[in-house]
Amino acid sequence: MTIRVVLPQHLRTLARVEDEVHVEVTGAATLRSVLDALEAAYPVLRGSIRDHVTKKRRDFVRFYACEEDYSLESPDTALPEDVKTGKEPFLIIGALAGG
Amino acid sequence: MSGVRVLVGTKKGAFVLTADGTRKTWDVTGPHFGGWEMYHLKGSPAEPNRVYASQTSGWFGQQIQRSDDGGKTWEAAGNEFTYDGVPGTHQWYDGTAHPWEFARVWHLEPSLTDPDTIYAGVEDAALFRSTDGGKTWQEMSGLRKHGTGPAWQPGAGGLCLHTIILDPRNDQRIFVAISAAGAFRSDDGGENWKPINNGLRSEYIPNPTAEVGHCVHRIAMHPSRPNVLFMQKHWDVLRTDDAGDNWREVSGNLPSDFGFPIAVHAHEPETIYVVPIKSDSEHYPPDAKLRVYRSRTGGEDWEALTKGLPQENCYVNILRDAMSIDTLDPCGIYFGTTGGQVYGSADGGDSWAPIVRDLPAVLSVEAQVI
Repeated sequence: MTIRVVLPQHLRTLARVEDEVHVEVTGAATLRSVLDALEAAYPVLRGSIRDHVTKKRRDFVRFYACEEDYSLESPDTALPEDVKTGKEPFLIIGALAGG
Repeated sequence: MSGVRVLVGTKKGAFVLTADGTRKTWDVTGPHFGGWEMYHLKGSPAEPNRVYASQTSGWFGQQIQRSDDGGKTWEAAGNEFTYDGVPGTHQWYDGTAHPWEFARVWHLEPSLTDPDTIYAGVEDAALFRSTDGGKTWQEMSGLRKHGTGPAWQPGAGGLCLHTIILDPRNDQRIFVAISAAGAFRSDDGGENWKPINNGLRSEYIPNPTAEVGHCVHRIAMHPSRPNVLFMQKHWDVLRTDDAGDNWREVSGNLPSDFGFPIAVHAHEPETIYVVPIKSDSEHYPPDAKLRVYRSRTGGEDWEALTKGLPQENCYVNILRDAMSIDTLDPCGIYFGTTGGQVYGSADGGDSWAPIVRDLPAVLSVEAQVI
């Protein structure tokens, strides 16, 4: 299936993409499989979203889908149906501070 | 005629400044990697158009960028910096044990002879090396594991390895400096290391003459005399004439001996430059006057260089990697400020002019002759 992924501005610059990206996922669409597919398609993003070795999410990076926060979910958590069908994107966001 | 390229890293991107040998008119390009912190850029002495850059972000981590056309275009290189083995702990600010964690690359030092070999000084303090043009990195863990590592403690800016000096006459000898651990030397290509801090005195640590724990801010060497090193410490300017075995203070008549960068003239090994800063709690110039101080005697006797620099209401800082020289004759000197100015002198420091003055805060400046 094709998953739509929206990257934060700095990662779009890094990956040299203008808009949302589409990645192909085989099997279940989970946080892990989508991030694996994203890093396979854009190797420059390795290490910028999660640790190279432990695969732990970087502290100031957050994951959202269908207005729900998936940041603290298990990497094997399934993403919502609307993300699997392409109706909604999977969002990767840099944490913001007010002020 | 030769030209000059000045690579500028700032809090919000990198800039490339170029001029012909007269160094009167400058072309400014950038920002490259706009919005990212560009800690350091440096070109290969063996192939000046090969430039490496440390791109970092508190959100998105570390990237290493590589250019083969002098900074016009860039390709991402490898960014996996994994400590060798179980990293262990160093001391935290409060003296408790703290696990070694990679944060960023502070300084990149290309090999003097091989464009594909490059050293990286990182936070938490360690030395890495790549021999494939930055694709992969291996820790030279003999430094961190030589014995004093668990006693190292971060300075205010973090536990960072910020200075790497390769001996041009002895390819087995490497000097590094770490805030706030001190200076270290390897005589076998980076396998084994020893602290070289004898003669340093730091009143702000429990034992002022301890083997490690000194907040060294920068070390500089003239390539014709690799056993002579000059150091700007947290407080004090020092020199050694025996490759770091013994240091002596040469602060002399400086208005303040606190500061960050130190540089050596390209053609006069006893001519050195510092930028005094008022104190460790007031990071701006004494009397609000931006003055570079030059010693033509290897320290002790210093003269203020002020022509073209602001002499009132100046409250900028000059960070440790933000001063560099070129090798033209007369020698060019450049430095960048936290206020976004990059000043240049084409006459050994006698007179100065801003090359650019409204960049983001400058983190690093490196000059190349091209």
